[in-house]
Amino acid sequence: MAIDLTITIAGEGGEGVISSGDFLMQAATRAGMEVVTFKSFPSEIKGGYALSQLRISDEKILSQGDGFNILVAFNGEAYSINKPLLTPGTVLVWDGPHGDFEPEAIPGVTMYNVPMTHISKQELKNPIAKNMVAMGSVAGLFGVPMDSLKASVAAKFKRKGQEVIDFNYAALQAGYDYVKQNHKKTDPFTFPPARPAKDVITLEGNQAIALGAVVAGCRFYPVYPITPATSVGNYLSELILKVNGFVYQTEDEIAAIAAAIGASYVGIKSFTATSGPGVSLMTELLGLAAMAEIPLVIVDVQRGGPSTGMPTKHEQSDLFITAHGGHGDVPKIVLAAADVEECFYLTIEAFNLAEKYQIPVFLLSDASLSLRVEAIKRPDIKSIRIVNRDAARSAVDPKEFMRYKNTPSGISTMGVPGVPGSAYAATGLEHSEDCGPRTSAETKTNMTEKRWRKLDRIEEETSPIEREGDADADVGIISWGLTQTMVREAVVRLRKKGHKVAALYPKVLWPVPVRQIEAFAASVKTVLVPEANVQGQFAELIRSKTSVVPVKQTLYRGEPFLPKEIEAKVEELINANAAVPA
Amino acid sequence: MTTAVTTAAGAVKLKPKEYRSAIEPTWCPGCGDYAVTAAICNALSANGVDPDNAVIVSGIGCSSRLPLWMRTFGFHSAHGRAIPVAVGMKVSRPELTIAVTIGDGDAFAIGGNHIPNAARRNIDMTLIVMDNGVYGLTKNQNSPTSREGLPGSLMPFGNIDAPINVLAFLLTYGATFVAQAFAGNPKQTGEIIGRAMTHKGFSYVNVLSPCPTFNKVDTFEYYRPRVQDIPADHDTGDLLKAIGIAEHALDHQKNPEGKVPIGLLYQTQKPVFAEKVDALKTKYKGTDTPDWEKILDGYKGH
Repeated sequence: MAIDLTITIAGEGGEGVISSGDFLMQAATRAGMEVVTFKSFPSEIKGGYALSQLRISDEKILSQGDGFNILVAFNGEAYSINKPLLTPGTVLVWDGPHGDFEPEAIPGVTMYNVPMTHISKQELKNPIAKNMVAMGSVAGLFGVPMDSLKASVAAKFKRKGQEVIDFNYAALQAGYDYVKQNHKKTDPFTFPPARPAKDVITLEGNQAIALGAVVAGCRFYPVYPITPATSVGNYLSELILKVNGFVYQTEDEIAAIAAAIGASYVGIKSFTATSGPGVSLMTELLGLAAMAEIPLVIVDVQRGGPSTGMPTKHEQSDLFITAHGGHGDVPKIVLAAADVEECFYLTIEAFNLAEKYQIPVFLLSDASLSLRVEAIKRPDIKSIRIVNRDAARSAVDPKEFMRYKNTPSGISTMGVPGVPGSAYAATGLEHSEDCGPRTSAETKTNMTEKRWRKLDRIEEETSPIEREGDADADVGIISWGLTQTMVREAVVRLRKKGHKVAALYPKVLWPVPVRQIEAFAASVKTVLVPEANVQGQFAELIRSKTSVVPVKQTLYRGEPFLPKEIEAKVEELINANAAVPA
Repeated sequence: MTTAVTTAAGAVKLKPKEYRSAIEPTWCPGCGDYAVTAAICNALSANGVDPDNAVIVSGIGCSSRLPLWMRTFGFHSAHGRAIPVAVGMKVSRPELTIAVTIGDGDAFAIGGNHIPNAARRNIDMTLIVMDNGVYGLTKNQNSPTSREGLPGSLMPFGNIDAPINVLAFLLTYGATFVAQAFAGNPKQTGEIIGRAMTHKGFSYVNVLSPCPTFNKVDTFEYYRPRVQDIPADHDTGDLLKAIGIAEHALDHQKNPEGKVPIGLLYQTQKPVFAEKVDALKTKYKGTDTPDWEKILDGYKGH
């Protein structure tokens, strides 16, 4: 990568840390760069430590990276938290003098002071301007085009009027002028010059889910608000009206999944998005959808658990509940997205699988991915495969129609209100092929097998799993969700160092893709499964369904892996293997 | 619309019994719910409802088996969740006729938070509660509508709780049609349910439907001398007067002279939810054939 620049802005929630990051992201996108963002803030309306990180490159970015080149610290807390990452070669832009801290000199670290608080309070008479002063100084120091920042300001404050826009312009200029008059640039970092913009669209993780759902044909979204899933609905509320759909805010998560099941029953593609506590509440009705064989999609934007846990923080700890959740034997499918592009395409895949197999399908995302912004290749909507359910489309003979016909595939034709003769009463009771409640041993056995047969061919009928790396690797990494992006970066670095490493990137986690995991494991000496939960949930599923005994690497601090942590673990395994006498 | 084919939901001519499926009810002999089933069939027939464009949704419990006996579409869903399942159907396909048939435990205990939110939004559906003041399928526990002192298996010494005044609840939740019926008079019950189903908006019918097996107090014989038609001169458009009737609807449980009001307490016309949704779809130029390139262009900026 000719250009690989990471800027971190850190300060207190409510100081404009997140919007500053957004402005820089927009400037980079306008310059035709690839961008990956990472945002983190507490579950508070105001206050607490907030961070916005932006990685910019001229090539596809694999992950959010390990640290930063440039830190913009709005206060002493932001400085203290990030001080260990201020290594030689990095740059610190800090609030002072007259801020709440004074950094110590660190050898090899370039430091520029900008009195952000002082300028905004004393010169501009409004402390709210602090982040604009900071952005102006960043523009002055690193060559971020002022025109681009101004365009972002104008777009953000358009509704508030020209006076507000002009005030923010003045704040940007004050920061810019300060660094031009007081600092001589001594670091090597410059914002990349503009190049022709690629044919991309820029989406946030949850926004990609919203768009994917509409493209998949979803026309009803019942939802109860919950962090970090809420913004899926925010992005859908107006978009779905444009395609004659509707976002319906329910009284709780149980009502949300119930309404999605009701809409799907009458033939309307429907889904809901939630997070951990909501999944817990919805679990009973997963069984209803499976029993009544109603297509159903649920997006679980995972957060730190259990209980209320850490609503704004990263964790991958809902795999067990989504794979195993529900009383009785509940067949379902669990997918996991690793990046923003997959949030779009796997949402569509989730609908396709739900429609085809008439079962609940989960798509897992997480708090970090929900906020991550990426520029993705503009989708070719016409070429996207959309699957619609096997449903009666014209009048059927009610004497012949058997809603739950026990077919070899387990899939049977749905009746649809409005199609004469296809009326049936769905029920959560065990039932015969023609819907009659039954408790006979024969019916229970046959219908259980009918419902579970649907899972038999999932591995064959979904895309082959991507494998990268050496054919005969010492360590093979299997990961899921956002962690895959860090694994990709670690694999590149490890192979550059000469290590023999491979990785497998499954998207369907449940049913466990047994055949491909066995084949991958057979091609490597040791299998490592890094994941952000304490139990090693995917490693446990692999152990229970295959002959593979993976090494677990678990992390549960509320933050995603860093590529270097996976790199270090792989090297540790390679060294340990080397130490064992042959 | 993705999959469903909609035929014109025009009036059809079917006899009441033609709304019944081949499955025979499994209720106890003497159960009030037989009469409710007959009343619903009468109402559907009188209103000319097309069974291929109607869905009857229920929860779990004795009375919630009702959709299985019907030849309309049906969904025997989960305990307490019939209303949100039905809401999902009605909001996504407003042209369908949707009725919910559930018991008092389903409606007012486990599913209690769903009624106010469907009622206040005036979603155009009919909620029929078969109120027997007891949990029957689990064999005799007190429900939110059980009278004080009624013995149940968890309170063999008699119910120590006061019952919910369901009519007052529905009136204050914002239901735009609130009525009470008695299963001992199936003809009148059918007429009241028929009116409820033609009402444009959220309609509620509380049907006193005795359980002969477990509730030995609130029986047909108990109700017969106490039911009293709401006077013909009652102003059904007056919410306060309706609440006045509801206020005394449970007096009979304490006072031997008390009466059980039957008939329409309240009816008003307000915009239904689907009209508001339609207005929004129009405002946003909703289309079934979207211009995807234009939509994608909206994500180019940032």
